[in-house]
Amino acid sequence: MSRTPVSLPQQHQFNPYSENGGTILAIAGANFSVIAGDTRQSEGYNIQTRYAPKVFRLTDKAVLATNGFAADGNMFVKKVRQRLEWYRHAHARDMSLHAIARLIQTMLYQRRFFPYYVYNILGGIEDDGSGAVYSFDPVGSYERETCRAAGAASSLVQPFLDNQIYFKNQTAPPGSAHPTHLPLAHVLSLVIDSFTSATERHIEVGDGLEMYVVLAKGSPLQGLDTIHGVTELTNIPGGERMFVIRRSLKRD
Amino acid sequence: MHSFISRFSQTSAQSEFHRAQAFTTDEGDLASSDAAWGSQAGFGNLSHGIPTFAIPEVADPSAFLRLHTNDSENPDCRIKMNHGTTTLAFCFQGGVIVAVDSRATAGSYIASGTVKKVIEINPYLLSTVAGTAADCQYWETYLGMHCRLHELRNGERISVAAASKYLSNLVYSYKGMGLGMGTMICGWDKTGPSIYYVDSDGSRLKGNLFSVGSGSTHAYGVVDQGYHWDLSAPEAYELARRSIYAAGHRDAYTGNSCNLYHVEEGGWRFIGNYDISKMHYEGPGDALGADGTGYGYDIRVKGHSSGDN
Repeated sequence: MSRTPVSLPQQHQFNPYSENGGTILAIAGANFSVIAGDTRQSEGYNIQTRYAPKVFRLTDKAVLATNGFAADGNMFVKKVRQRLEWYRHAHARDMSLHAIARLIQTMLYQRRFFPYYVYNILGGIEDDGSGAVYSFDPVGSYERETCRAAGAASSLVQPFLDNQIYFKNQTAPPGSAHPTHLPLAHVLSLVIDSFTSATERHIEVGDGLEMYVVLAKGSPLQGLDTIHGVTELTNIPGGERMFVIRRSLKRD
Repeated sequence: MHSFISRFSQTSAQSEFHRAQAFTTDEGDLASSDAAWGSQAGFGNLSHGIPTFAIPEVADPSAFLRLHTNDSENPDCRIKMNHGTTTLAFCFQGGVIVAVDSRATAGSYIASGTVKKVIEINPYLLSTVAGTAADCQYWETYLGMHCRLHELRNGERISVAAASKYLSNLVYSYKGMGLGMGTMICGWDKTGPSIYYVDSDGSRLKGNLFSVGSGSTHAYGVVDQGYHWDLSAPEAYELARRSIYAAGHRDAYTGNSCNLYHVEEGGWRFIGNYDISKMHYEGPGDALGADGTGYGYDIRVKGHSSGDN
């Protein structure tokens, strides 16, 4: 008895994506913007590193946070920075925030058929001095918002922000109204609370927290000087000011 | 120009891939192009005259994209794109009314409740967003750019018919590659008010009344029973609001708020934003055409001791 060898078609699947966890968050104020992210990078249940930044400074007044597949995110930030540098060489000034937002849309959409697996949140100061946040989906659909959380714990953090920033499902006391913009100190405490809570309930969030703060030209420090762990990153005095605040989160 | 002709002289997806692959596999060649150094009006990837897209080097790029992005076929897919909508537009004696909801969903998660689903192409043209948000935003912004070029080249505004056909031909050239858009191009040109429905399958239909999206059936139910040509503007606003409200009430993928626009001879005008939950209980407030009562709650529970449905 001889058996003819059975040959099954061999199938290969091209899977260039991975999910590296973590959460990012940005909130815009009247004359400032806070962009934050945790620093844990994981793959499944395995923590790859406790410090992998997800929030990146682009210009003196623009900060980009990325989440999803870290390799795509890092490459994307690298390419955005390259385009911003070309813009600086061509026009001798930094690209404005709304223009960076449109640039990011076209760069993401350029990969419509081979997407970057990255959720982006862009924060910073608009030309009119107002704080702004732009959020993107992986293929470039975008919108200007007041606050946005993305990533692993976005479904935990976003409802908290909706309640505390937009005052959703809250009724103002009779004869008063909810504020349209919150002060910086209040926003920072909301960001810290968001991340400590997300760390408690989500395994992919933790280790460290990086909060970038961009202050509009000429605006006061609003209590930033009294907070511990603040590092100033401002390049040119007299313009927008940028700070980073680092905190540790639970490492378990 | 040659690339333009070769683009529109063939439409099969496969040859489109080869064309794109021949051009570029990434943005790499952009660096060598002088055009990339200057301002590109946000369309920096148009340095070849037409957009070029990176394509994965696999036998079937469309299957690759479907595997990673299509959440109905593959619920574990990682890349969730924003979907789901109700949009509505109709022509009447006073122009065109455009009404949309503002919810964006990624799977069952409400990704946003404040989406702008009406894209203002120019002061005379509006288009609506249904399907993949990025496809609509990108291509309708791109259409806006070409409408402006048409104005500069021909010294007159583009007609709604021409604008919609430009978009239709454009998305048809990507047929089979996974674009998903259902849009209505609404405007006023020298022929008067008009609406064209354009989708990524290649349909392009002229009509007086369209509704697109997951909640369109609910919206049609309301708009059809109240629509006639001689509606006054306030009556038309109220009908459009009630239609989007009905869809928001019965379709889980529709909700949050309704944006209302009116296109007249002098161009489009934003009428207002109305909270759909508020419309259920209290109505749209002191909006033009509203009678000051809620659309849903009171008429259901009036005379009953309790009830919340």
